[in-house]
Amino acid sequence: MLSKIHFPRSLLPMLGGLAALSTSVLAADTPATPSTEESLAALKAYITNGDPGAALAGVAGPGHNAWMMVCTALVLFMTLPGLALFYGGLVRSKNVLSVLAQCLGIAGLVTLLWWAFGYSFVFGKSFSESGSFLGHFFGGTEFLFLKGVGAAPNTDYAFWVSHSVFAMYQMMFAIITPALIVGAIAERMKFSAILAFVTLWMIFIYFPLAHMVWGVTGSMNGVWNAAASVRAIDFAGGTVVHMSSGWSALILCLILGPRIGFMKEKMAPHSMVLCMVGTGILWVGWYGFNAGSALAADGVAANAFMTTTIAAAVGAFVWPMLEWMTRGHPSILGFCSGAVGGLVVITPAAGFVGVSGAVLIGVLAGTVPYFACTKLKGWLKYDDALDTFGVHAVGGTMGALVTGFLATADVNANLTGVYAAKNGLAGLVTHGGLWFEQLKAMGLTVAMSVIGTIAIAYLIKATIGLRAAPDVERQGLDLSEHGEEGYIY
Amino acid sequence: MKLITAIIKPFKLEEVKDALAAVGVEGMTVTEVKGFGRQKGHTEIYRGSEYTVDFLPKVKLEIAVTDELSGKAIDAIVVAAKTGKIGDGKIFLTPLEEVVRIRTDEHGEVAI
Repeated sequence: MLSKIHFPRSLLPMLGGLAALSTSVLAADTPATPSTEESLAALKAYITNGDPGAALAGVAGPGHNAWMMVCTALVLFMTLPGLALFYGGLVRSKNVLSVLAQCLGIAGLVTLLWWAFGYSFVFGKSFSESGSFLGHFFGGTEFLFLKGVGAAPNTDYAFWVSHSVFAMYQMMFAIITPALIVGAIAERMKFSAILAFVTLWMIFIYFPLAHMVWGVTGSMNGVWNAAASVRAIDFAGGTVVHMSSGWSALILCLILGPRIGFMKEKMAPHSMVLCMVGTGILWVGWYGFNAGSALAADGVAANAFMTTTIAAAVGAFVWPMLEWMTRGHPSILGFCSGAVGGLVVITPAAGFVGVSGAVLIGVLAGTVPYFACTKLKGWLKYDDALDTFGVHAVGGTMGALVTGFLATADVNANLTGVYAAKNGLAGLVTHGGLWFEQLKAMGLTVAMSVIGTIAIAYLIKATIGLRAAPDVERQGLDLSEHGEEGYIY
Repeated sequence: MKLITAIIKPFKLEEVKDALAAVGVEGMTVTEVKGFGRQKGHTEIYRGSEYTVDFLPKVKLEIAVTDELSGKAIDAIVVAAKTGKIGDGKIFLTPLEEVVRIRTDEHGEVAI
């Protein structure tokens, strides 16, 4: 009978006594309770994103952790469905599903790679610690299959964010980077070839590059690696994400060849509405991408939030105004491209530059990629279908270089922090010369992307082939590769 | 019996439909089509790609009428569909051999 259960009041003091007994038994095996001062210092460290010390070690800070979980979701949102719609709207309707499939497929594939060894190879450090030659390119094996990646923070990267959350956050970057490449090769590459390409590209280009720039033992991690040989800085992925995907996209689209009917047949976007919806989603999601790269809900994140907003909005305004002046009307594609361009260029700079820098970046983002997309493509006649090179490569390259001129410790004290002081970054930021280190990192990024993509693309071309058959391409990839139609009226 | 095929500007459809109803035409079939005559198309620019679009959206009406009504129907269409600018469209008149009402299996003019 589930009626009232009588709880004898005499039971309560008995339970209290039992509890006291058990804690005193347990206390013999646990460390001494922190003092009031230590506890207060740890709480202060939570608010200021500092080292908690022993008092709150192994505990994620609720605010920072919550913020980073939201950012993780925001960056995934950028791929699914942000990028999917942005690119999806720009292709012909017979190929819209192929774009969605590529984004979805890459999300699943990269997740598996990341879990198995990707995260460990990027953010581990066992190779350096053991002196292995692999340590030049990869992190380590300590986190294979996400072993040990749990709720406690990995203080090499963040004091107050669960290691698991950090790993998932970074995974979203790993997902969207190869997804950007599909823009250049849209409407003609086989799905199987894309999955094969992405697998090899992640292993040989993204994982090493991300490790070198963001890994705690990375040779190009100027802010956090006291032993970095290239004292470069990249807040959220100018080199790692945009340059790598953009330059690889160019090489891949050249090796792949142009679409049938390129420059002869009409290949206009089938839905500028979808493209714009995707753009809005990308912009909002980018707050997770840029502001979240502070890995804390702190002042640096706040700065990145502001610079991201300003650069995107200024870019979104300048590009269509340029169109209005040169071609007669501001187009929706112009607004969308300008916004995305602004977001791309501010990516490496967001947590390092101030608001004036962001305005300048917005203006540059609305002009230089505009000419890359409208003039360069026409002169050199490469079929970068959705302008991945024009926006991401050109924008990312420009952003990485401009960061070298505009970065200031006033915005981000880590630029003159303990590690930066040891490896010389602090001096470069204060007295100038950072731009040259940026150039080194940029050069290595382009070299890795170009050489790696040439090798991988030709390997796949020689084995399973890159292109869909001509009649498959004519009919549209959706029906032949995925057995579905995007729109059935 | 005659079949009137009229190609008109899309925004004129309601006006033409009402004008035809006024002269006694009770049914029609309408299709959305693309076409051009002497009216030029337009240019669309998407970033670095420029496309000339020759085909313009039009609406095609197909109306079956008796010989007596065909003249009035054509006049009604002309008055309602005209804007005076290039691209107003055309009307084609063709002889109609047979008309059948499916529901009742009636043939000939009674089926119109």
